[in-house]
Amino acid sequence: MKADTVKAEEATARTRAASVSRQRVVAGLALIVLAVAAIEFPLVFSSPVVTNYAIYALIFVAAVSAWNLFSGFSGYISLGHAVFFGSGAYTVGIAARDWHVNGVAVFALLPLAAAVGAVIAVPFGLVALRVRRHTFIVITIAVFFIFQLMAYNFSFTGGSVGVSAPFLPWSPTSFNDHFYYITLACAAGTIVIAFLIRRARFGLQLRAIRDDEDRARGLGVHAMRVKLSAFVLSGTITALVGGVWFLYLTQVQPPSGFDPLFDLSLVLMAFLGGLGTIAGPVLGALIIEPGQLYLTIKYTNGYLSEILLGVLFLVIVLFVPRGLVPTAGEWIRRLRTRGRPASGTVSPATSAPPAPPEASEAPAREARTT
Amino acid sequence: MTALLRTEGVRKAYGGVHALDSCTVEIDEGSVAGLIGPNGSGKTTLFNVITGYAKADAGQVYLADKRITNIAPEKVFAHGIGRTFQLTRIFASLTVLENMLVASKHGGAAARSRAMEQLEFVGIAGHHAALAGTLSYGQRKLLELAYVLVSDPAVILLDEPAGGVNLSLVNHITDRIRELNAAGKTFLIVEHNMEFVMGLCDRVTVLDSGAVVAAGPPAIIRTDRRVLNAYLGDDLADDDPHPGEQA
Amino acid sequence: MAREIYQAIVDGVLVGGVYALMAVGLTLIFGVLDIINIAQGVLVILGAYLSYVLSTRLHIDLFVGLLVTVPAMFVIGVIIQWAFIRRLRGRERTSMTLLVTYAVALIIEGILYEIFGPNPKQLNASYVQSSVRIFGFYLSDIYLYGFALAVLMVVAIYLLLYRTTFGRSVRATMQDETAARLVGIDVNRVAALTFGVGVAVTAAGGMMFGATNSFNPNSGYDLISRLLAIVILGGLGSIGGALAASVFMLTVESLVDIWSPEWAIVVFYAALVIVLVIRPTGFFGRQPVRAQ
Repeated sequence: MKADTVKAEEATARTRAASVSRQRVVAGLALIVLAVAAIEFPLVFSSPVVTNYAIYALIFVAAVSAWNLFSGFSGYISLGHAVFFGSGAYTVGIAARDWHVNGVAVFALLPLAAAVGAVIAVPFGLVALRVRRHTFIVITIAVFFIFQLMAYNFSFTGGSVGVSAPFLPWSPTSFNDHFYYITLACAAGTIVIAFLIRRARFGLQLRAIRDDEDRARGLGVHAMRVKLSAFVLSGTITALVGGVWFLYLTQVQPPSGFDPLFDLSLVLMAFLGGLGTIAGPVLGALIIEPGQLYLTIKYTNGYLSEILLGVLFLVIVLFVPRGLVPTAGEWIRRLRTRGRPASGTVSPATSAPPAPPEASEAPAREARTT
Repeated sequence: MTALLRTEGVRKAYGGVHALDSCTVEIDEGSVAGLIGPNGSGKTTLFNVITGYAKADAGQVYLADKRITNIAPEKVFAHGIGRTFQLTRIFASLTVLENMLVASKHGGAAARSRAMEQLEFVGIAGHHAALAGTLSYGQRKLLELAYVLVSDPAVILLDEPAGGVNLSLVNHITDRIRELNAAGKTFLIVEHNMEFVMGLCDRVTVLDSGAVVAAGPPAIIRTDRRVLNAYLGDDLADDDPHPGEQA
Repeated sequence: MAREIYQAIVDGVLVGGVYALMAVGLTLIFGVLDIINIAQGVLVILGAYLSYVLSTRLHIDLFVGLLVTVPAMFVIGVIIQWAFIRRLRGRERTSMTLLVTYAVALIIEGILYEIFGPNPKQLNASYVQSSVRIFGFYLSDIYLYGFALAVLMVVAIYLLLYRTTFGRSVRATMQDETAARLVGIDVNRVAALTFGVGVAVTAAGGMMFGATNSFNPNSGYDLISRLLAIVILGGLGSIGGALAASVFMLTVESLVDIWSPEWAIVVFYAALVIVLVIRPTGFFGRQPVRAQ
């Protein structure tokens, strides 16, 4: 009896390993196809109208991934990331204006934007991360308003007129193409960073904080350090993306650089796709940003876009509360395990108490999945 | 025998309620100490103060010769004190193995194999890939024990480890505690299950209304009049015969 | 100079009363339902528009009109809670309620734009422009009435919470929802009715706001941000705190306004940040008992 159990265990383990490596191959292939498609995109769809949509979508893919690697993983919803976005934009603009930077050299200012983002994130985070989650959200809102108002009030930010970008020596057609690849690089880079974090111990600690921060601290996780690091990283990347956005749009004013709907859009995108996953926010951004852009262009006068956005929020929260990616993942899992006895997946409801170690495997294997 | 963990005159009040009143407890190194008392006597509060989840208003907490009063939970943990909670607290969206890795000091393959070792030790290794949120209550209790062990603490505080679980699991847990104690770990256990406490502990401290009313070996404690007073109230205790007198 | 300062303080206190009216509802909702109602700002504006319609179309006095708008807003509040918020559960509850209340806010704002257009309106009455002079200070009539109204409402809510059975249920739910359920309190009903009360108060706040400011559907954004800051400062769930914080922040802003109107608003928000650094739970906030 015992030998049979061991053999059955080995066989199941082997099929499990095989299916995992099969999954990996499929995932790898899918990524390659995706990468090729992404690179070829502007060559196939060369119209600037289309690439404009793509660029905005990619900007938001980068922004939401950066937002998600802090807020999605830690559970602290930030409604103040526009602070970084706008600061990055303004940094590039002001530096270019005051240091007389012209042409392609402006891109060298992007690291400066990132640095400014980091410098702002440290005190911001130290104040905001000491409080409960609800209060945290409100502090991010408050800081957002402080920054927006400062942008209006200070003279070096140009007041309500804002700042303009220097001229880039690119033809109108190649302008979009160049920015497409730049924003693609930003998006890809941010996704990779998010992926690496999730797999690392750092990501584990963040997610533990999200589940039960006090418990995590009791197990040795330095919560403040972990949260702050993620916040600073997130802010740095967001500031960089803001700088790129500024160079594309060639201008920034207080209401556009510090846009109250910016963070709401990020929350919606991440939520739609699946808060805390890697692919979820990306998917959410790719779906929502082109949609939002379209509505803004089509209904410049009406307020229909606001009503639609609100209805969209409600629909998403009420019907797809866990996000598309986790929900889809569940469907796929359910399809695959339909009819087959539990192989490798563990029953959550073993009623027998765990016996001494050697015998505990068998009962779990034979139980049914819910 | 030296006292490894010691509290001295700890006081803690919540508003007008004195949860702990001049509480002095000593736990010897290598012993299994029990902490009992009626509900509301301050047992969990004492745990919270020791492990940094609550600030003592007065008094001190010592680990060996080091004063660890009112330091942050993560620092208490780093000093080698692990603790479980009355209502199991696990990380529901992480897998069982990931739960273990949160407590590990380092990452990598070594941490993983050590985590699996602990999971095997408590008996839930087969569930290592399941989401902790799907575990049954008994399995969660074992997971909590496991991840407290993963960093090899010298002192382990258990808050009602036998609460709400069936008999075979209680025995399973008792065996594990004995094994760990034989390997040199010190335990302080809060429990209501008298058989569990009396059968397992070397020394029992009794709390009532935040103060220590009695401390000593289980056999003495179970017949101590003050202990009966604490649980049953003065009138009843005076009428009941001592359990030791019944034979 | 001293006169200006005292006048600013008086102004700040009176305006603080108006804001208290709006903030009390928000903190009550947070205390009982544990959610931040982002739609509160727009609901205030909705209340202002309702008063506007009653005043301009039906020529009903602003204060008398409250007899209609307050119950109306109560019903609206109950509907919102019952239709959208009640079913939100689970771990993502914070972000979900955030999105839902924001969504409701956007929808209401859009509808108001469609009906009333973007042009600013203001509520008018004979007493809106007049003022009395006491000890050489000008106290605007409308603000005095508004302050009195605020006091009245706070007292009414206090009586509701501490002298009625319903109020007891509310307080029990605030402290421990599970325990409240165990003693037979219909928590869902309490939640819906409390939300209704929280929104009903905004009818009064809306009328006051509309009488003292020009407003359009977009005014809700700025308003909710200020209300959130006030409620956090006062301590989430503390009605007395909301009152104290309103008066405090509006007075500070009023004082800074003497020197520089642009920076007054920044100081308003900065005050929030500064206080939270010193005392993370706000003026009268409860200690965070829940594990985060």
